[in-house]
Amino acid sequence: MKRRTFGLGAAGFVAAAVTSPSLGLAQDAKKVTIGVSIPAADHGWTSGVVFHAERVAKLLMAEHKGLNIIVKTSPDAASQANAVQDLAVQGLDALVILPSDPDPLVNAIQQVKDSGAFVALVDRAPSVNDNTIRNLYVAGNNPALGEVAGQYIAKTTPDAQVVVIRGLPIPIDQQRQDGFDKGIAGSKVKVLDRQYGNWNRDDAFRVMQDFLTKYPKIDVVWCQDDDMAVGVLEAISQAKRTDIKYVVGGAGSKDMIKRVMDGDKMIPVDVLYPPAMVATAMQLTAGNFYDQVPVSGNYILDATLVTKDNAKNFYFPDSPF
Amino acid sequence: MTGVSTPETGATPKTSRDWDMAAVAPFIALALLLLLGYFANPNFISVANLLNVITRSAFIAIIALGATYVISSGGLDLSVGAMVAFVASLMILFLNSGAIADPTLLLAASMLLALALGAACGLANGLITTIGRIEPFIATLGTMGIYRGLTTWLSQGGAITLKDRGMQALYRPVYFGNVAGVPIPIVIIFVTAALAAFVLYRTRYGRHLIAVGSSEDVARYSGISVNRVRTVAYVVQGLCVAVAVILYVPRLGSTSATTGILWELQAITAVVVGGTALRGGVGRIWGTVCGAFILEIVGNIMILSNFVSEYLIGAIQGAIIIIAMLVQRSLMRR
Repeated sequence: MKRRTFGLGAAGFVAAAVTSPSLGLAQDAKKVTIGVSIPAADHGWTSGVVFHAERVAKLLMAEHKGLNIIVKTSPDAASQANAVQDLAVQGLDALVILPSDPDPLVNAIQQVKDSGAFVALVDRAPSVNDNTIRNLYVAGNNPALGEVAGQYIAKTTPDAQVVVIRGLPIPIDQQRQDGFDKGIAGSKVKVLDRQYGNWNRDDAFRVMQDFLTKYPKIDVVWCQDDDMAVGVLEAISQAKRTDIKYVVGGAGSKDMIKRVMDGDKMIPVDVLYPPAMVATAMQLTAGNFYDQVPVSGNYILDATLVTKDNAKNFYFPDSPF
Repeated sequence: MTGVSTPETGATPKTSRDWDMAAVAPFIALALLLLLGYFANPNFISVANLLNVITRSAFIAIIALGATYVISSGGLDLSVGAMVAFVASLMILFLNSGAIADPTLLLAASMLLALALGAACGLANGLITTIGRIEPFIATLGTMGIYRGLTTWLSQGGAITLKDRGMQALYRPVYFGNVAGVPIPIVIIFVTAALAAFVLYRTRYGRHLIAVGSSEDVARYSGISVNRVRTVAYVVQGLCVAVAVILYVPRLGSTSATTGILWELQAITAVVVGGTALRGGVGRIWGTVCGAFILEIVGNIMILSNFVSEYLIGAIQGAIIIIAMLVQRSLMRR
């Protein structure tokens, strides 16, 4: 209801602006509708995506009077395809989409693109990812997430014995592993073992307990995910083992960023794979309409190493993630 | 299955050797696994590792005790994994609310709350299947969605974490503490199992439950209130979930939308590996506990051994479970 009255007000403002061009605010009152389609919050990272999409939607709408942003969440690819079509019916100037599964959504996205709208694709790319299907591609860097962690370990503890907890057997996980191997290549860092923890706290706890039984001396744990780091830390503290120097997670959850900020010895760093990347895409898309800046192309975010010094830039205490 | 209405007493029944072997088979499978584990990695047999593994199996073992009741009564409950997440989330939210000033009282109240919530969730499942006359598979698939969805909503997709450090320290020993060297979760497994065995084998309700599971019609003609017996079985399942939750919360002090995912299948597998028939009419409490140990130990051996690729673990786990079942069957036929 609030949004509708706001929309009417904006429309009235636009009408006023059109009838009296001397007003000079016409640029900012330009009426633009951006649809944002994201997966429903079903685990930590996607809940962060929802949080940041809604946060930045408010900021952008406050900044640009004529801008209307509609955020829609969908639990799976099929319902997301429907949601995209529903959004398209409302007349979109732009679509920002983080597809839950990109390939089944190609047709729905293509339709929006063919209608002349600006399409920004986030994080997950379909097999064909070029300007026929999207104008802008914003993503994190999975190989770098592994590589940055590997380089940090190789630099801080050059002859560390490392155990690795993987996610699920999907391509993203493999890219992170390959990146890690590249990061430690040429150093004396030795990977003792790799096992799947399914990006789940309880499974990570179980795997870590078994690693602790299997290896009398472990220097570093790389579990590439902040959720799994929770289980890993609990297993280590239960076993009262003091040989483990530190744990490297990844993603940038508020709990782990907080530990880095507080100077926790066990979590000295975190590697960023920020759910806020959806907001990057929204900002750039708005920039395309209001600021006439060229934004088309690939925009790959760094897997930034979060340390005690820069952690506060990535800390969102109100986020669920 | 013969002699289904015979209450199993743990003492060897004199009439039939079949009973004897069927009850012992899961333990033989467990012994073989222990041997296999020893060859995979000598560390496996260390007391520390075995205590770890058995402690870890507590959640599934206790949930599976309830599942033994539901399955012996001819029902099925797919909602238990989601129920764990739901009850645990509400318990943590209650602890965070600080409704009672004294921490010990608050903790005790939250445990009672968990038990009440578990019983209520179980009662809902029971009433939907009995009064609502919906197939248990569908009814509990529905409540699984409801409990899981409510958890996701409560947590906004993120995690629900026990905030108060003091409370964490107070509650932590429930999972990590021990009594005379035996971790508390292991004590709880055996206490709960003994209670479950007593009710199933030594009380009128237990006999009614088995009767309903083996033949609903015969039970009804004998004057047993089938709906009541079945509903109570789901309530028992709910209570077991609550006990598992009380042990689960102090471990990580937090829940998320993925807590307890697929635990229902593990619980059902533990029940079946323990020798309880999926079609109902037979309940083996100690077999179920053994089944839960077997599942956890298989996973443990996989990680401790050096000869299994991480990509093949699922396949080998599946194969070991099938072989364990085959060993059991062959023992029973003899």
